[in-house]
Amino acid sequence: MEEENQIKLHGMWGSTFTKRVELALKLKGIPYEYIEEDLSNKSQLVLKYNPVHKKVPVLVHNGKPIIESLIILEYIDETWKNAPRLLPDDPYERAKVLFWASFLHQQLFEDMGRVITSDGEAQEKATKDLFEKLTILEEGMKEFFPGGTPSINGENMGLLDILMYALFGPYKAHEEVLEMKTIDPERNPLLFSWVMALTELPVVKESTPPHEKLVALVQFIRENALQSCVA
Amino acid sequence: MVGVKLFRTWSSPFALRAVWALKIKGIDYETIFEDLSNKSPSLLQYNPVYKKVPVLVHNGKPIAESLIILEYIDETWKHAPLLPEDPHERATARFWAKFGDDKVLTSIWSVFIKQGKEQEEAMVPALENLKFLEEELKGKKFFGGETIGFVDLALGWLGNLISILEEIVGLKVVDGEKFPLLSAWMQDFADAPIIKDNWPPRDRMIVKFQALRDATIAAAAAAAAAATSK
Repeated sequence: MEEENQIKLHGMWGSTFTKRVELALKLKGIPYEYIEEDLSNKSQLVLKYNPVHKKVPVLVHNGKPIIESLIILEYIDETWKNAPRLLPDDPYERAKVLFWASFLHQQLFEDMGRVITSDGEAQEKATKDLFEKLTILEEGMKEFFPGGTPSINGENMGLLDILMYALFGPYKAHEEVLEMKTIDPERNPLLFSWVMALTELPVVKESTPPHEKLVALVQFIRENALQSCVA
Repeated sequence: MVGVKLFRTWSSPFALRAVWALKIKGIDYETIFEDLSNKSPSLLQYNPVYKKVPVLVHNGKPIAESLIILEYIDETWKHAPLLPEDPHERATARFWAKFGDDKVLTSIWSVFIKQGKEQEEAMVPALENLKFLEEELKGKKFFGGETIGFVDLALGWLGNLISILEEIVGLKVVDGEKFPLLSAWMQDFADAPIIKDNWPPRDRMIVKFQALRDATIAAAAAAAAAATSK
């Protein structure tokens, strides 16, 4: 008897976390139903499936919820073992990928958030932190791309590619709102060429929201944050 | 270089996770104790990004970040598994481990480093987070079920550090009446074979964490004074 394979993703179009899961599902060719959530008015389902954090994304597979984007990505890789493999099989190689995934997810993502939501001295400091971390990442990624400029396709994209795209794919929108470069081809040549390679992939292009929409979202997040500081 | 080395400090609760996992699986290893005020060149070489403990070095290859180390140990030595096999159960285990570090630890730490009204306010999220753990233990002896698993090791610091922090601040955080299951788990875990042999000396911990609290409170007061005098 065939088990019905029902996959639903509750997400938000502008969320970098949702983007990660969408990419993974598309890369693996997993059909899913997408449910757009209004974060100011979350559906009963999200509250039921994620009572602890009440956040998206939530992946629901045959009625069972999985939460936290990195954990969802690991779940997808462990459940659907077809290419591309998001994580290596070898325990040591896997540990290295998870290490840098955590670096991207916690360190870089938080620094980026601070740069977007602050101004003046606070923003200067946040920007300095971000650039330092980008330098560390640039160095760390040399091991993963020994040939220099990455050659990525829909068959070999992995966890770090997904995280990198989700975080820096919208770099043009960030630059427009912040009036400064976040990733710079001169400062971070490897990272920049990596993001360029990623944004050219068809599966990525079809998941990328329109530039104006992204700019408006980043602008909204920034203004919201700066206003609440003043109050 | 062959073999397993663990870089740790005498007090780090994160390093204990690796100690427990290695001992549960019966793996021989060499311990290198680090003085974090004077880090060894080896530590800096093996963990250049964070320069922290624990670091596991297996056949010359370093693995950093305690939860990543746990998964590495579990995948390399497959007997006495820590994580379940089913992908959904694995995802659930990873979720609770992360919840422990991101929310439980940070909120309890907040209570510990504050005083007066601020401390009272910090208790609210701390207790809410502990309630989620209490719920998760329903019908189970350990988070891993009948036996200790990944989540128990990840949350294991509760079995020792909580009573130390409570003694220092004179506050009961994990009240046996409000959290019967969690209190029972803390006792069962702390007394379990292998686990109980590896707790750091309590008197040293009290001295260390008292000093940490005093220093943190002093630094916060100095920062507040500097801000208002501008």
